[in-house]
Amino acid sequence: MGAVNTEEHIAEAVAAATGPLVIRGGGTRSVGRPVVGTVLDVSGLSGVTLYEPGALTIVARAGTPLAEIEETLSRENQRLAFEPYDLTGLLGIPGATTIGGVMATNASGPRRIMAGAARDFALGVRMVDGAGQVIKNGGRVMKNVTGYDLVKLMCGSWGTLGVLTEVSLKVLPSVETETTLAIEALDPVQAVAVMSRALGSPYEVSGAAWINGQVWLRLEGFEASVDYRAGMLMSVLSEYGEWARINADWGMVRDAKPLHGADAAWRVSVKPGDGPAIIAGLPEGCTTLMDWGGGLVWVGMSDGDIAAVHSALQHHVASLGGHATLIKGPESVRATVPVFQPEAPGVAALTTTLRQRFDPNGILNPGLMAA
Amino acid sequence: MEMPAPDSDVLMRKARVVERLRDALPADAVIDDPAETRAYECDALTAYRCPPMVAVLPASTAQVSDVLRICHEEGVPVVPRGSGTSLAGGALPTADCVILGVARMNEVIETDYANRIIRVQTGRTNLSVTGAVEEHGFFYAPDPSSQLACAIAGNIAMNSGGAHCLKYGVTTNNLMGVTLVQMDGTVVEIGGAHLDAGGLDLMGVICGSEGQLGVVTEATLRILHKPEGARPVLMGFDSAEVAGACVADIIKAGVLPVAIEFMDKMLIEVCEDFAKADYPMCSALLIVEVEGSDAEIDAQLALITEIAKRHNPVALRESASSEESARIWAGRKAAFSAIGRISDYMCLDGTIPVSELPYVLRRIGEMSEKYGLPVGNVFHAGDGNMHPLICYDANKPGDLELCEEFGAEVLKLCVEVGGCLTGEHGVGIEKRDLMTHQYDPADLEAQMAVKDVFDPRWLLNPAKVFPLAVSEARRRATLAAE
Repeated sequence: MGAVNTEEHIAEAVAAATGPLVIRGGGTRSVGRPVVGTVLDVSGLSGVTLYEPGALTIVARAGTPLAEIEETLSRENQRLAFEPYDLTGLLGIPGATTIGGVMATNASGPRRIMAGAARDFALGVRMVDGAGQVIKNGGRVMKNVTGYDLVKLMCGSWGTLGVLTEVSLKVLPSVETETTLAIEALDPVQAVAVMSRALGSPYEVSGAAWINGQVWLRLEGFEASVDYRAGMLMSVLSEYGEWARINADWGMVRDAKPLHGADAAWRVSVKPGDGPAIIAGLPEGCTTLMDWGGGLVWVGMSDGDIAAVHSALQHHVASLGGHATLIKGPESVRATVPVFQPEAPGVAALTTTLRQRFDPNGILNPGLMAA
Repeated sequence: MEMPAPDSDVLMRKARVVERLRDALPADAVIDDPAETRAYECDALTAYRCPPMVAVLPASTAQVSDVLRICHEEGVPVVPRGSGTSLAGGALPTADCVILGVARMNEVIETDYANRIIRVQTGRTNLSVTGAVEEHGFFYAPDPSSQLACAIAGNIAMNSGGAHCLKYGVTTNNLMGVTLVQMDGTVVEIGGAHLDAGGLDLMGVICGSEGQLGVVTEATLRILHKPEGARPVLMGFDSAEVAGACVADIIKAGVLPVAIEFMDKMLIEVCEDFAKADYPMCSALLIVEVEGSDAEIDAQLALITEIAKRHNPVALRESASSEESARIWAGRKAAFSAIGRISDYMCLDGTIPVSELPYVLRRIGEMSEKYGLPVGNVFHAGDGNMHPLICYDANKPGDLELCEEFGAEVLKLCVEVGGCLTGEHGVGIEKRDLMTHQYDPADLEAQMAVKDVFDPRWLLNPAKVFPLAVSEARRRATLAAE
C-alpha cells in the first residue's frame, strides 16, 4: 500500500483492507506484540491546520512530525507541557516521531507529574475506525464535556481502536527559566522520600527523578520565582545533604538515556512509594532510573532471560497495582509474552468488547496490545 | 422537555421490585412512598420534574452491586444521583426508574500524603474532600461553584470543572482510579494510585459519561499542596471586546493565572448586591487570580496590571486582604444564586474559542432583544467556557419555551464558531437534542457503541446525553431483541 495523504485516503484504505493493517506514523514505535500485515503509512497526512496562541490551542494532522509542532510553538514562546518522549534512541532505530504517534501512545515525560499526561492535553481527535468510518470527538476548546470523551480513549489505544487523522491540543506558555536541584548518592528509598517531600510542597516541582544515583528536582518559571522556590526547597530538604543547582539535561530522563543500548527495556508505572520495591525486586545487572517522583521506573537489561524477568516484573506490579510494559525487546520475546500488563478479567472483558465494536474485523494493529 | 413514556410492565412490577430491594438493603434505604420519592423529582434544573418509582440509598459498593443486579434482572431503569446539583437535568428521574442515591457513601477510605492521593466514597461532597486533607496543607483542586453541596460521584459523572481549572484542570485530570459497578452488578477496579492507564484508558471515557456506563462508588483523587498564597485583582473595562483582548494578551505573555473570570454589568450588579465585594460598576469585569509567595504574587500581578493598563481599564484594584479576596470569590461563586433571587433563569454552559468572545457576546445581546428576555453573562474567560444566564418568568405561559429556544440558539452559535454545547455542566436532558448540531450520526454512533459495551440494555440514566429519538430507538431495539 502506498503513502496516503488525506483522511479520505485512509478511510478508503481501511474500508478496502482485507487483512491486518500495521498503522505507521514516523516508524519510531516498533513496540508491542509484533503485528504482521500491510503497512498503512500515515506520515503523508501532515501539517498544522490551526494555531491560536491566544487560545492556547493547536490543531495538526496526525502525521505531522513532533519536531515541526515544537518548532511552530516555540516561535510563539509556547510548548507541549506534557513533554513527550522520543523512543528512537532507546529502540535504536531511525525515524521522526509524529504527533499522532505521541497521542496514540499517550507519551508523556517528566512534567507529567505537574502538568498532566498527553491525554490531559488532547482536546479533540479525528479518526478512522476499523470499518473505514470517519469519526470526530471533542473539539478545539479547552473545556468540553459534550458527550462521551472518546479523545482519552484514543490516547493510549496504540492504533487499535482507530487510525488518528487529526489531533487538537492544548498548549502552554514556555517558561522564562529553569533550574535543577541535585543531590548525590541516595538509594532508591531515600530518593523517593526526598522526591515525595518536594512534590508535597507548595513549590511546584515540575520534574522529580532519580538518575545515576542522583536526585534531580526541576523548577520552572519566572527567574525570581525559580530562585525563591529553589532556596526554599534546599532549606526544607537540607537534612538529606548538600544540594547543588545544576543545568540538567532532562532529555536524559525523558528519553531514558541511561538505558540506551540495552537489549530490553521496560516502562513501569506504580504508586511512587512502590518504585524502590520494583527496583529491589530486579535481578543483578539491570539499569534503572525513576521519574515521576518514583511513580515511573525505567528498567534496562542486557544479559539474561528477558522473558523470565518480564514475567516476574509483571507479577510484582500486579501485586502492587500499576502496569509494566516491555518497550524494547527481541521480536521473539515480544511475540510470546504479554507486552502490556495483563488486565483483571472484568476490565479485559470491557476492553475486548470495545475493540470489537471499533474494529469489528480486527484489522487495526491486531494483537499489538494483547496480553 | 419530552421524556420516554414509562414502561407499564415495570410499573406493574413495582411491588416485586421493592420487595427484592428491601431484601437486599437496610429497611430505611428503600423509599417507595410517593410522598417521599417526591424529594427526588428533580435536580438543580428545576424546570423539569418527575418523581421516580423508587429511591434507594445504598451504603456500600456491595449494596450498589445488589441494587443494580436486581434492577438489571427486572429490566428497571436506574438513575444515579450524587447530591442532585446537576444544572443539566443529569439526575432527572423517569416515572419507571429507581433513583440510586450515593449520599450515604461519604467516607474517606485512605489518605496518603507521601503519594499525594485520597480515596473516598463518591457520595462525599467536593469541599469535604479538601476538608479531609487541609489540616496537612493539601487540597483537591476542581472547584465547581456548587462545591459545598455537590458530590464527587456527580463531579465524575459530569467531569465537573470550576473557576480554578485554568491551572489545575477539571475532574478527569485529577481522577486516578475508580471502583465502577456495571448495570449487571459486576464490580471493576480501574486505575489506582499509579499514573495513566496500562491498557485502554477506560477511566477517561467513564469520567464525563453522565452515569450512563456504571455507578462509580469509590474514587482515588490526586491531592496537591496548597500554594503559599493567592490574590485576585479586579479589572473593569468599558466593553467586553477590550476585556477579551486583555485576556488574550495576559495568556500570550506567558503568565498562567489560576483563574480568569468575567462578569458583565448585570452580573456585577446582582453579585455586588449579594456579596458586597466592592466590585467596580462597569460593562465588563475580570477577576484574575495568581498564586505563590507574596513576592511571587507581586511580580506576577505587576506584569498582569501592566498588560491591563495598555487596555485603559476603568478600574484596577488588587485585593488588599484575605477577607477581601474571600468576598470577591464569594460574589463570583454566588452568581447563580444571586440571580436566582431576582428571577427564574436558565444557565447555559457553552465553550467557545477565546478569540470569539466579543462576537458571541454581541450576538447574545442581539438575541436578548429579539426574544425580549434579559441575559447576564458570567464565565471562565481563560478557557472560553461561558455561562449566559437567561432570565424568564416561570409563571408566564410560554416564557420557559421562549427561554429554551433562546438557549438553543446561543448553543448553536457556540458550535458554529468552533466551540461546543457544554464545557462543564454536561448534556443531561437539557442539551441532548442539540447533539446533532455538534456531532454527525457516525460521531454519535461511536459514542453509543461505548454505551452498548458497558450497558447493553440501555438501562442506566435513560433519555440523557443522546437525542431522545436516537436513544429510545436503541433501547427499544434492545428490548425487542430479548
